[in-house]
Order: sequence, then C-alpha cells, then structure tokens
Amino acid sequence: MAPRDSTFLGWPVLRQLATGDLLGRGAAATSRRTREHQPRTVTADRVVQSVCPYCAVGCGQKVFVKDEKVVQIEGDPDSPVSRGRLCPKGAASEQLVNSPTRQTHVLYRAPGATEFRRMDRDEALDMVADRFVRSRADTWQELDDRGRRLRRTMGIASLGGATLDNEENYLMKKLFTAAGAIQIENQARI
Amino acid sequence: MANADCIIIQGSNMAECHPVGFQWVSEAKARGARVIHVDPRFTRTSAIADTHVPIRAGTDVVLLGALINHVLSNDLYFRDYVVAYTNAATLVSEDFVDTEDLDGIFSGFDPETGTYDPSSWSYAEREAPEGPSPETGGPAGDDASPDGGIESPAGDEHGASRRARAAGGQHGAAGPALSHANVLRDETLQHPRSVFQILRKHYRRYTPEMVRDVCGIPVEQFHEVARALTENSGRERTTCFAYALGWTQHSLGAQFIRTAAILQLLMGNMGRPGGGIMALRGHASIQGSTDIPTLFNILPGYLPMPIVGEHDTLQDYLAQISSPLQKGYWTEAESYTASLLKAWWGDAATPENDFCYDYLPRLTGAHGTYQTVLAMLDDEVEGYFVVGQNPAVGSAHGTMQRLALAHLKWLVVRDFQLVETATFWKDSPEIATGELRTEDIDTEVFFFPAANHVEKAGTFTQTQRMLQWRHQAVQPPGDAQSELEFFHELGVRVRARLAGSTDERDRPLLDLTWDYPKDAHGETDSEAVLREINGYHLTGERAGELLDSFTQMRPDGSTSGGCWIYTGVYAGGVNRSANRVPGRDQGEVAHDWGWAWPLNRRILYNRASADPQGRPWSERKAYVWWDEEARRWTGKDIPDFPVDREPSFRPDPDVGGPAALAGDDPFIMQADGKGWLFAPRGMVDGPLPTHYEAQESPVTNPLYAQQSNPSRLTYPRKDNLWSPSGAEPGAEVYPYVFTTYRLTEHHTAGGMSRWLPYLSELQPEMFCEVSPELAAERGLTNGDWATIISARSAIEARVLVTDRMRPLTVQGRTVHQIGLPYHWGVGGDAVVEGDGANDLLGIVLDPNVQIQESKVGSCDIRAGRRPRGEALRRLVADYQSRSGATVETGNARLTQGDR
Ligand code: SF4
Repeated sequence: MAPRDSTFLGWPVLRQLATGDLLGRGAAATSRRTREHQPRTVTADRVVQSVCPYCAVGCGQKVFVKDEKVVQIEGDPDSPVSRGRLCPKGAASEQLVNSPTRQTHVLYRAPGATEFRRMDRDEALDMVADRFVRSRADTWQELDDRGRRLRRTMGIASLGGATLDNEENYLMKKLFTAAGAIQIENQARI
Repeated sequence: MANADCIIIQGSNMAECHPVGFQWVSEAKARGARVIHVDPRFTRTSAIADTHVPIRAGTDVVLLGALINHVLSNDLYFRDYVVAYTNAATLVSEDFVDTEDLDGIFSGFDPETGTYDPSSWSYAEREAPEGPSPETGGPAGDDASPDGGIESPAGDEHGASRRARAAGGQHGAAGPALSHANVLRDETLQHPRSVFQILRKHYRRYTPEMVRDVCGIPVEQFHEVARALTENSGRERTTCFAYALGWTQHSLGAQFIRTAAILQLLMGNMGRPGGGIMALRGHASIQGSTDIPTLFNILPGYLPMPIVGEHDTLQDYLAQISSPLQKGYWTEAESYTASLLKAWWGDAATPENDFCYDYLPRLTGAHGTYQTVLAMLDDEVEGYFVVGQNPAVGSAHGTMQRLALAHLKWLVVRDFQLVETATFWKDSPEIATGELRTEDIDTEVFFFPAANHVEKAGTFTQTQRMLQWRHQAVQPPGDAQSELEFFHELGVRVRARLAGSTDERDRPLLDLTWDYPKDAHGETDSEAVLREINGYHLTGERAGELLDSFTQMRPDGSTSGGCWIYTGVYAGGVNRSANRVPGRDQGEVAHDWGWAWPLNRRILYNRASADPQGRPWSERKAYVWWDEEARRWTGKDIPDFPVDREPSFRPDPDVGGPAALAGDDPFIMQADGKGWLFAPRGMVDGPLPTHYEAQESPVTNPLYAQQSNPSRLTYPRKDNLWSPSGAEPGAEVYPYVFTTYRLTEHHTAGGMSRWLPYLSELQPEMFCEVSPELAAERGLTNGDWATIISARSAIEARVLVTDRMRPLTVQGRTVHQIGLPYHWGVGGDAVVEGDGANDLLGIVLDPNVQIQESKVGSCDIRAGRRPRGEALRRLVADYQSRSGATVETGNARLTQGDR
C-alpha cells in the first residue's frame, strides 16, 4: 500500500525506497489518478458465467454487469477448457454487446425502396407471419408427380444456426418441419 | 490433446483460428510431444510446430495414403488393435473392383447419373470356394454371385438417392446400416479379399515419390512425418490428428477425413487418450446445430429426414436406418424416432397413427443451401430467413448469392448489425457493376435486431460435443430479441392464422406442442426447451420425470425426447450443462464441467483404450479398463460401452442390437462393432479414399486417368464457369492456385467482427499473401494493390509479400499458391470493408455432405486495383474467353478416355 500523497511520505523517491521499486518503474511511479481507478471487475454488481460466442473451442467467460449494463467480459479461470484465456475475438466480445453501431430497432425496406425505415416490432412480426402463411399456401406441394405424399413447401427457406443456441435450433427445426419447409440450412455445410 | 505424443495438424491453422484450444498443443509440446503442421501456408501454427510441411492444396489424400502404404508395407501398424478392433480381417464381396483396376473409379459407377451403386462394396456373405480374386475379377457384375454380399437392410438404395440427401452426413453419431453382423473374417489378414489386403493394394502406388510429385513434399520430409507418426503410436504412445475446413471444403472433403481415420485405426490411435481425430469447428454451436440440425437432410440426433419413395411409411423409414440383426445402438432407432415425434406432436402422436410420422415433409433430392440459392435464381423460393449468418459474404460464389437475394419476395435478416446480406439491395458490388438496380429490386427486407450471447440463456455445444449452459447477464436492448423468442412468437402467430383450419396440411402446425413456460421477463424459457430435448417418461410410475439416458426411450409412446443423443443432459432433473466445478478442483477429464453427449462420455469408443482382454494397452495410456473384481468397465472416463459386458463375451449370432456387441467390439455405433478401414456402406463416392484433383487444378492427376472425383456435384451454368485444368489448353490463363482462410481477429463473414472497432483496427484491410518469387514474376509490391481474377469474378487486395508462402515443385513445375482471407465484404455499414474472397469461388460440391470446394481454385494475379463498374465484368469475361472456358469445361464426370 503506497503512503498517502499528501504527506512527505508520498514523495516519489521515498516511495521507491519504501516499496523496493528502486528503479521507479513499478508501483512507485503510479499516479494518484491511476491508484484511484478501480477495475470495472471490482465495481460490478454481479458476475455471470457465460461462454464465448465465436469459435467452437467454447472458452469460459465471466460477464461483469453494473447497473444492468455489461461493463466487461473476461476469461473464466475456472474453465478446464480455456483456463481463463480468451483470444482477441473473445476478449473483444464486450464490444459485441456495446458496439455503437449495434442495431436495436426493427427496420423495413419496401419493394423498390432506396432506404430502410423503422417499423414497430409487433407490426413487422405480423407482416412476416402473413407472408409465411401466404407463401406456404402458394407454394404448397402435396404430392409428387407420381402421386406420392410430399406435404411440403419449397417457397420458404432458412439459413443460420451455427451461432445460435441448441434450444433455438431446436425450435426452428421443429417449426419449419411442421410447416413443411425443408430448405433449412446453416454454416455447417459451408 | 495434451496427452498426445505427436500431434499432426493438417488442414487447420489451429494457433490462429482456435488460439485458446491451441494451448493444449503447446502443453503437449512442453511434455515432449512432436508437433507437425501440414499446410500450404506457413502460419503461427507452423511457427510453434517442430516441422512445417508445405503441401499443394487439395492433395492430402496422397500424403495420408502414402503414410497408409508406408505402415502397411513396413509392418508398422498396431497389429493387435487392427485385428481385434477394425474390419481389417473382414472379407469383401468378390464383386468389388478397386480403382487400381478401373483407372480411378470403383465398381458400380453409373456414368449417366454420376453415382455409385454400392452393392458390390458389401462384405462377403459366404466364401466362394473358387471365386475370382480381386486381381483377376473383371468389372462389376462379371463373375458376381447374385447374393454374394451383405445387403443393406431394406435392399439396396442407389447412390443417386443417397447422394441426393447427403447421406454421408447422416452418420455423425453412427455408422450406416448392415443387415446383420455375421461377417466372414480371416484373422491372418492374408485372404486376398480381406479388407487388409484390399487396402494394401489400393494404396501401393501412393509412394513417397508420388507424394513428391503430387503434393510437392520432398521425400526426406515425408519420411520425417512417417517416423514421427510411427514412433509415436502403439501400446505406449499415441498420435492425434487435428483438422478444420482445410480438409472439409473440397470436392472429396469427406474422403480426406476418412483417410485420416484409416490411418489412425491402423496405428491404434482411436478411442485412446492423446489419440483421435479432432474436428476443430469454427462456430460456437456449429456442433450443436448439426446434432440438433438446422440442416435439410437430418432430424435431431442424426435421424434422417424422410425421403419420398424410400421412407413412405414409418416401417420403411426404420428399416433403412438399421436392421434388427446388426450390432449396436442404432437398432433402437424406433425408440428415438417415437420419442422425437412424441416431443413434437404430444397427444396427437399415437402408436395407431405411427406417432404422426406422416406429418414430416418429404425430401425428393438435395435441398442444401447451394441448391436453394439456385432455386432462388429460378424464382422458386419466395421467403428466406437469414439468422446470424451472412451469405452475401460467407458463401461460395458471392455474386450468385447476392443476385439470388434479389429474386426473393421477402427476406428476414436477424443479426446484431446491418450485415451485407441485409443491405445487398443498396450497396452490393452488383449495384456498382449495374447488374442490379435498387429501384428494380422488389424484395421486401425485414431486419430484426438479435439478442447476443449474454442477453439470453441457453446452451452451445462446443467442438468436443460438450454442452455448456450460458446464464443470462442482461436484457436485450430495444427491439432486440433472441431467436428462441422470435421463432416461438412467429409460430404462435402462424398458428393463430391457421386456427380453425380444416385443411389437413395445417394439422402438423396446429397439433405441434408449442406451449412453453415463460421466464421472469415474459420470454420463452430456454430451460423448458432443453428439458423437452432431454425427454420425459410419459406414463407409468415415473410419468413426468426427466429421462436419465436414451436407453430408457421406448418405441411405444411412453417416452418423449427431442434429441436422443442429448438425453441425460437433464439426468436426475438437473441441468448438467450448467455444471461448473472449476477445472483445478477435478481430474483431467473434467466430467463436472458442462456435459458431453452421449451420457457425458468424453472420449468416444474408449473401450478401445484397453486391449481385447480389457487391460490397458499400457500403464502410460490407461484410460478405461475391465475391473475383474467388480466385473465392470471402469477408469478415468465414463465407459463408452455396456458397462458390465465382459471382454470375453461372445454374442449369439442370431441376436442384434446392443446385446450383439461382443466384449471386444469397441465401435458400438457401427453395425459390426468394428472400426471401418473399408466402408462397405455410408460413403457415396467410394469405400476407400482415392486421390482426385480438385475441380480446378494446375496438374493432371498422375495416379489415374480419372482427373476429378467422378461423383462430385457440378452445376454447369454460364455464371459458374471453371478454369481449364492440368494440360488442357487455356489452363495457363489462370496459372496460380488460391486458397481461402480465416484470421484470428475476424470471424467468418465478419458480422461479429468487422463492426467491432478493436478487431477492425487489428485487421483493417483485405490482403493476399504471395511469395517473393510470385511477386517478382508478376511485379507485385508489398503494401500495394493486386487484382485476383478467377473464372467467376475479380477482386482486389493489398499485397503481402512473404516467404511464408513457398512455391512448390510439382511434376518438375513450379506451382505458386496465393492465400486469401475471406472475412471482408462490400457494403456501407461495417467499420472495415473490402472485397470478398468468396466471390472468386464457383459452386462444386462434395457428394457426401454437399459442401463446396473453397480451399482450392485457379486464378491469375496482377498488380493494381480492379476496374470499377461495368468494366469489372468485362475483365472477367475477357479472361474467360481467352481461356476458352465454356459450360462444359471442368464438368465432365469421367475423364478416362482422355489419355
Ligand atoms: S476466445 Fe477465441 S479461442 Fe476461445 S472460444 Fe472465443 S474465439 Fe474461440
């Protein structure tokens, strides 16, 4: 613990001697400002265990939350997979949460339009559901040309899943299959 | 991997693409392991490795095949393991004819369809007293006894239909079916029709000299690799292979991995600590999205999607998956299927209606992502959901991808940022070239902001099959929501619109179990979904309780479970994927961190870590063994074997299923309990891996007259032209090989990295890696621009001249390879943008799994930036016409008549 700056004990030379930092490049050289900084990891309200969202190594992450905002994401030393380490991507994942360009509104581009416009999420979901039902009906294939049952639509397709949760992939596959949509794919084939 | 004595990383740049996983390679190295990196480029992986072996992209089967030949010819394989645990001793039908006799094709090829009828690859049923040996046998069928082989259980399915549904990709947890496991074996391995002798013959021309002439690897270096492998395999030592997309993205990608599997089985490196073949996968849950597939050809747990004409009834379907007399756990497919259908359709699914099996839509062919894009161009697809993916940049043939989007009626993109797929209509490269005009694009585009990994709870399955639960840290901002919530809500609204419908086609949606409890924030509870995946007892004393194991599943509708291989993740009613005992507080296998399928077993087929009598092969490599006293399998891992099956147990030949596994049948998902050196079923393009050149190659295949994989899937179209290959005229127009790859600081198509300031600053610009020799040949200057031209498109990149790229000498010629990272795309929203390497690629697919060939292509490179606007297309067209490329170029199935 460095002596208080306000007394002579706080003089740098004395601090060097007192702390054994004779070359003055270590703790003795820190400014008051630096010392008064506390890591975001200390002031966080809570820490939540998570997993890196990039590659499939599956490194453990600790997510530090303050005032319901993510303030820092670090490697989880408890993880037997990663032992606390993160690579540049995993270490940058706080920006994935707080990126200034992150989209938080639903956008809609009408046929022929040159720009997106904001749309209410509920309205957009209704429009997608309408189109889903209509395209499914319009492209329905009940039988093949030999009269065998197909029970499907080739008018609706989906791509994506490798970045999603198992539970999400499960609901997607379940819903699309029940709807008869079979062209459901993800990065695993790319 | 930390336990390996030698690690061969091939087709992967692990240090840069899986950096934190690579610590275990470093750890193995610190413990004395040899590390070898085989790759076209010298990378950070090579820098850490003891040896870097530069290889010509796409020739790995020759190198691995030569290693197989080497260990067979010099008796360096692990004989006790091979005889007991593999099908080396099994006899193959006398109808089988090898590529050695047919100059590059196997028996059963149909040149009309480009597919194989695999019946001649079957195991021999009974010994033909004077049957012709493979050496003297004629082409398929000549001397065939009609019933000379073990058929697949429901008769033979022709290769065309297997290929059409990507059958090779269905066995992620499994081996394909055989009608029974009562095979003929010659444990001396001398019989000419034994798998062992067939293997020997197949690879005898894969010599170190062939490796030199095809791969560009000097003979001494081949011997160095061979020594490292053989000195570090056997009772006391194990070698591990690691690969990534460098092996998969080829027109015979699945066979690359098969070659490694053969080699690892011969060396006795499967099912043992420090052994195996590690697939290093590139997305957080790409394993999970294969297990619980958002893929066209499978249902959860690698059950096939039904195909019309083959799986018309539940009985037909089950008969194709397995037969009651084969060995192993696939014989219980009826229980897995019934449980899945019960999970989806609840009370509507009854034994009387075959559990609503008819509610499943039917496949009629391949419906993979590339076929879907072609269908879009033909206006057959109206609506497209793109979730957490960016095909405008990340899929092969970027131009075709983007043009296809403009044919849609409606497009839904869900992501964190406005990825190029969401904005193609205003800023794609085709707007600049004039191929698209914003005002003319009628596609409606909906962009929904997505919740990220800390804003929702759920599981990812990482690359070693381990599920790890993520707790939710915060609520998603603004309109952002999870996929779970979005798709659940979409389902609710679609069902509401159909409510009251009397149309039979709507029953599957209306009868779907779709009521999930909500969490404290009113969102769909992901734990409830995971419990449904795990499955329940539905009747009897334990009704309502979660299943502990898939062995509790029943075919009578008394159990449910959405993905049988995940059953047990909720064993005892506890979410085991959330187990978090710190690594330092438990043993090396770390069973109490997360949960791995199946049943928390961490090394698959680990019965093979003990000898046939159940003793560890050596103290050093002890892992799972038979405890004589307790009469059980025990050890460091959970035994991947019936726990009380004695090593000496021999089954009654008339039973099937798990009961038919002998005490020395470690490969419990294989129909005969053995590791397959020779694959009588399951691969659509041959029972043994064979070297073919890539679709675009600078050389003529020196091994066979057959140039490329005859079963590869080609799409002859004017917008998908290929460079001439080998000695064909015009090949010199695209004289260089390019290969695409990833960087540490970016993630696939950039949606999660090019919008992040930190990562964008670390890797701001698209570049190409070239050797000093090539730079001199083409007048390229480090830091300046270059234009790379393929038969599909042209892109520009900053030049990085580096001796990490080494010209190779192949058949006396110099072959230059160019490295291209593929993370950049043209758009307006990202922090950094640039041309996309995937624009250079065409569409040609591996027939087993329908993956594109993106690791090797032909190109030219020249100094300076690419032309702008329409002039870009003129440049590409000029190259095409100079090379003489037509829609036929590169698309001939058979090339045997050519020389
Ligand atoms: S931190 Fe890096 S190595 Fe670890 S999972 Fe994330 S991307 Fe992969």
